Amino acid sequence: MTTTLILLPLGAALVVWLLPLNRVSAGSLALLAALAEVGLWIQMVVRYDFDQGGLQFSDRRSWISDLDVSYHVGVYGFSVWLIGLTVVVMAATIAYAFWAGRERMRAYMGLMLFLTGSIVGVFAAQDLLLFYAFFEAMLIPLYVLVGVWGGPGRMGATLKFILYTMAGSLLMLASIVVYGLSQNTFDLTKIGQSSSQWIFLGFVAAFAIKAPLFPFHGWLPDAYRESSPEVAAVLSGVVSKAGAYGFLRIAVAKFPNPAHDFRVPILALAAIGLIYGSLLAFRAPDLRGVIAYSSLAQMGLITMGIFAVNDLGLDGSVLQMVNHGLISATLFLLAGMVERRALTGELGRLGGMARGRPALATVLMTTGVIALAVPLSTAFAGEFLILAGIFQRGWGWAVAGAVAIVLAAMYVLRLISAVLHREVGPAVSDSALDLRPAELGVTVPLLACLLALSVWPAAVTDHSFRDDHGAADVASQFK
Amino acid sequence: MIPRPHVDWFALAPVNALLLATGIALLCAVLVPRRWRKGVAATVCALGYAVAFGFAVALYVKSAHGHGVVADAFRRDRLAQLATMILAGSGLLTIGLSYGGRDRDDHAAEYYSLLAAAGAGMAFFVGANNLMTLFLALEWFSISLYILCAIDRDRLGGLEAALKYLVIGGFGSAVLLFGSALVYGATGRLDFPGIAAAGAEHDTLLLFGLAMIIAGLAFKASAAPFHMWTPDVYEGAPSPVTAFMAAATKAAALVVMLRVLVTAFPQNAHLWTVAVAVIAVCSLVIGNLAALAQRGVKRMLAYSSISHAGFMLIAVNANSELGARALLYYLVPYCAMSVGSFAVVAARERELGVPVTFENMAGFGWERPLLGISMWAFLLGFAGFPLTGGFVGKFYVFAAAYRHGSTWLVIVGVLATLVSLYYYLGLVRAMFMRRTEDLQLAPIGGSPPRDALLQTSVLACLAVTVGSFFAVQPLIDLAQHAASGLPF
Repeated sequence: MTTTLILLPLGAALVVWLLPLNRVSAGSLALLAALAEVGLWIQMVVRYDFDQGGLQFSDRRSWISDLDVSYHVGVYGFSVWLIGLTVVVMAATIAYAFWAGRERMRAYMGLMLFLTGSIVGVFAAQDLLLFYAFFEAMLIPLYVLVGVWGGPGRMGATLKFILYTMAGSLLMLASIVVYGLSQNTFDLTKIGQSSSQWIFLGFVAAFAIKAPLFPFHGWLPDAYRESSPEVAAVLSGVVSKAGAYGFLRIAVAKFPNPAHDFRVPILALAAIGLIYGSLLAFRAPDLRGVIAYSSLAQMGLITMGIFAVNDLGLDGSVLQMVNHGLISATLFLLAGMVERRALTGELGRLGGMARGRPALATVLMTTGVIALAVPLSTAFAGEFLILAGIFQRGWGWAVAGAVAIVLAAMYVLRLISAVLHREVGPAVSDSALDLRPAELGVTVPLLACLLALSVWPAAVTDHSFRDDHGAADVASQFK
Repeated sequence: MIPRPHVDWFALAPVNALLLATGIALLCAVLVPRRWRKGVAATVCALGYAVAFGFAVALYVKSAHGHGVVADAFRRDRLAQLATMILAGSGLLTIGLSYGGRDRDDHAAEYYSLLAAAGAGMAFFVGANNLMTLFLALEWFSISLYILCAIDRDRLGGLEAALKYLVIGGFGSAVLLFGSALVYGATGRLDFPGIAAAGAEHDTLLLFGLAMIIAGLAFKASAAPFHMWTPDVYEGAPSPVTAFMAAATKAAALVVMLRVLVTAFPQNAHLWTVAVAVIAVCSLVIGNLAALAQRGVKRMLAYSSISHAGFMLIAVNANSELGARALLYYLVPYCAMSVGSFAVVAARERELGVPVTFENMAGFGWERPLLGISMWAFLLGFAGFPLTGGFVGKFYVFAAAYRHGSTWLVIVGVLATLVSLYYYLGLVRAMFMRRTEDLQLAPIGGSPPRDALLQTSVLACLAVTVGSFFAVQPLIDLAQHAASGLPF
């Protein structure tokens, strides 16, 4: 089942690349595959035994037997939700790209499907080398998607993006080689815990850049600004979660002692990123800038939850990963829709878009309200759990988190008012349409997921770790 | 009267097949009418390589226990046969990408004859079991390559390249020969096991000889600091010849270096591992940093091949079975990627009629998707991305280095890989992210003829590059059996 979930989009990507399809059929085929992927995932949720927990739907084949490297995939409770986030966001972005009509549709759709397969692979891999392979494979389509279909500054943006992430990844490769060989296996379910600080730091480097954590976010603003909106949605919504997932699955679970030793510096970086990102988001002059820096802030918060290493923090961070993934994907897509109408994302030239555009106003407002974590929203549940968890590690961390949540309210409200309210901006023409049905079709399902989670956040928090004991699960490495 | 040694003809079959092809192809130059000459010669040469490959497979199967043949001058073991398979494969692919070339029509038969001769020399080289056969084989294939570099006299820089290669290569050979003489002087033996048995640990004469042998072989493997000839020769030689040199010569030189060091100088392993590590680091640093500054694609690939020599020397440095396995595995995707990337360069050269640079690769990826995507895969493979064998190769090399205790080499390798991304991805960027309109040159003579053979070669290279990522275990098993014959 897990293998099917990985291979379906990869196979569809090959079909889209190889068959001489026209734009419409290539796009519909890709969308169909993405929806089938969502269907498969729903089946996985239904069949996953959450009471029992642990690794399910696993599939293991030997790959390099003399070093005990294998193709080993499977899912835990929390990976089910992260895979769900991936397939839902990818389906929405593929639908949007299809509707927006990107050039060279076959190549574009193939790359998006390939990306889907590799991200699902990252969340499902139970072998270090396989994890690395998927982690890197993710980069190949992203590189092209940003570099070919991006904005005018795409060359510099891709170069920065690739060099940053590869610097981290290669350190992780060195760590993987040393870790795997010293334990004589690369299988994540068999490999023992290690207390080597150097190996730990190699892994942390890769995940901190991917997430990103302050001060490794140099690639972030350019990459998010220069890529097309749907790629930015995937980057901030899903790809960044691979970093957080790595923290949880490998850095915290496999290196309890180093994670304890480095807790304060990592939490400090996360807290700085949280506040610094929020402030930058508040100052950012354009739509994408606000969402990009808020993404930096939110990843800081999620990292805090993970490195709290207690039940509340871990549950909260898994929920917040899903929340933030959905929120930032929706926001980036909405930003794309606004930019399509106004031809600019500069907040100073936007404004007054609510008048006569009720659908846009409603969708953006609802997403924004969830993003600023009003009580009863799912983001509130996630952030509250993280704060409660981190409070147990020191009240100072919780204060930093709480301050950032106030800042979040400020930047989200600024964004909403700059786009929707105030007087009509110079870039907004009266003829700019409200959201089209297709655009609603892309954003409303994402929003519906968020609202459903707001009603029942326990869907994720109670079904991520066995018996809801995240810390115990991490200590026993999810067995 | 000197007693005639018993000759195991079967063990020499790959070499003889290629020698036969050399002879027949040369006769084609005289006997076959000009119209068919190129086709017949190429077919003969390809048959020679194919038969050599077949014999190598048969010998691999039948030589589970390696032993010396022909008075111990030649070694019949799986290491030599696996190397021969890699060489023969590279040779076959090279023929595929040579055939569509517009030049060389008046020397076509000689060209294929020399290509077969070089392959024969290399097949002999990898099986060499004493210093005499080693030198003989080295000169054999080197002389063929000198001529191949210059075979296209009208080519800009071709003669210069050949002359440079001749002078520096000749110097390298002289160093190797002198080293061999010193080793013979110190031990009184020519055969590798004999040298190992007779060699003392702290014999200055022997150590000088060892250093010179390493230097001589490093010249052929184009490892820094013995790489000076590489960029100019790779740039000036016809692209198919460059492809063959980058793949086969390097593979042969590295396999032989592994064999000589491990079988003949085990008592000085603590010294030569250091020397090899230093050469590896030099190659990684110089190859990668110099490649950053290149605008010509062939020069960039030349420096990249220097840096890959560095990676493979890390495996040699490990002085272990895992290291040998890593080297032999690495060679398979590396040779495919080298031949493939030079094939794409050759295709572009034929299209434009000028040397290929980063600038005039603009838009190539979208114009010719098959070649463009293949080139992309080769470059990602060089950079060690997953989904290519280059990734598993690097992983194995790092694993060997770590097991050997040289974690610092892992770090150097990782940093070198990071630097290499800049120029590999720079080429990807040029191919896919720039528009064709940026290109200042118009393709000559309209669209070039379809070159099915070249495309087949590129596809085969692509298949090996990607396939070696998935089918790691079979290749590793081959390499393991080959490496088990070495005395670690």
